[in-house]
Amino acid sequence: MQKLFTPLLILVAAMFAYAPMMILDAPYESTMGLVQKIFYFHASLGMAMFLAAFASGIGSAVFLFSRRPWADHLAVAGAELTSIVGFLVLVTGPLWARKAWGVWWVWDPRLTSTLVMWMIFNAYLLLRRYGGPGSERLAAAVALFGMANVPFVYWSVNVWRTLHPKTSVIPTLVPGMRGAFWFCVVAFLLLTSLLIAMRTELEKRRQQLDELYLAAEE
Amino acid sequence: MRFIRDVWTVTRKDLLIETRTREIVLTTMFFALACVMVFAFGFVREGRPVQDAAAGILWIAIAFSGTLALGRAFERERQGETLRALLLAPIDRPALYLGKLLGILILLAAVELLVVPMVALMFQAPLFDYPLLMLGLLAAGTVGFAAVGTLFAAMLVRARSRDVMLPVLLYPLTVPVIIAGVRGTAALLQPEADQPMARMWLAMLLFFDVVFVTISLWTFEPVMTD
Repeated sequence: MQKLFTPLLILVAAMFAYAPMMILDAPYESTMGLVQKIFYFHASLGMAMFLAAFASGIGSAVFLFSRRPWADHLAVAGAELTSIVGFLVLVTGPLWARKAWGVWWVWDPRLTSTLVMWMIFNAYLLLRRYGGPGSERLAAAVALFGMANVPFVYWSVNVWRTLHPKTSVIPTLVPGMRGAFWFCVVAFLLLTSLLIAMRTELEKRRQQLDELYLAAEE
Repeated sequence: MRFIRDVWTVTRKDLLIETRTREIVLTTMFFALACVMVFAFGFVREGRPVQDAAAGILWIAIAFSGTLALGRAFERERQGETLRALLLAPIDRPALYLGKLLGILILLAAVELLVVPMVALMFQAPLFDYPLLMLGLLAAGTVGFAAVGTLFAAMLVRARSRDVMLPVLLYPLTVPVIIAGVRGTAALLQPEADQPMARMWLAMLLFFDVVFVTISLWTFEPVMTD
């Protein structure tokens, strides 16, 4: 993993350098024009957010029931990335919505559940930072509940009329857009995985350092 | 059988303390009333409440005062260092959790007995037109909120900045309950009450209750064990 890390990072950097050109080459959408191009990053970021949230949720569940330290490190890494990537999703979305729907925000299932999920993982990070000793386990329960919660929020607001494009738009993309879109998805998923791996390793070393400090004091 | 007796012992302990001091029930009731009054200034135009305001106000008052009651109920355990004693008691952790939950539910029911008529009176809301459906929505919503709340309030007893952390964690996690409660109540309060819609939200609330209580029982043991 460690050996692969630098080459993969260079690959991701190259992909992000090339992505704007692919997006530029993709055809203009007839009604939205230039603003539609946010979609390439917005939808990819959305997928990356789910990846990070699942990493955190699974890490938390494993940590809660087996107390494996690596699972806790993975949970922190996933939660931090959910917060960062989720913020980008929540910024790019309204930029698109202002042009497509005429408003920055609507209380639509997709938007509401994304916001709730983002808030839950921010609550997780707040608890870890300010909860004092022993807050890892409490935070793990938050992440577990957060994971279980999101499908229900999504489902419960489904009764409202929905504006957000369905996931079914992706297979129906025109061929010129498809290549650029999947290129961005791969780039963002790879970047998120690398950042999760890096942050997991950092958290491991941070906890090792804490333990060494404690051992030195004794 | 022993399990039920253990649950009741924990609940009875909380109720006994509460009937002697009445601290939580009185302060929470007053807080709920203050909430309703503050909202009245935000959601009343020319003496008439704006449409759908009553449902939202009712559930926000319940959620806010519920958070307060949860915080106080466990603060009492912390001050007396009695949570440790409870955890050492020879009873199952799920019994302890359910006992605490039942105590909180009885407290919140007492608060709702006051808040619901107040909202009905002050916002001209026909909350008693469909008493059974309304009772179902209130009961199911309160169980869902308190189930998550009891777990997190118990967890936070040993954490720093617990007063702030409880609402920070609780509101995002109980959003589905609040949505379903508000929407279900609003369906009943429309000029033409929409009973099938209210029943649908009630079914959804019951579903949340089952999921929340199950996950809480499942996580209470690993979270509360050192």
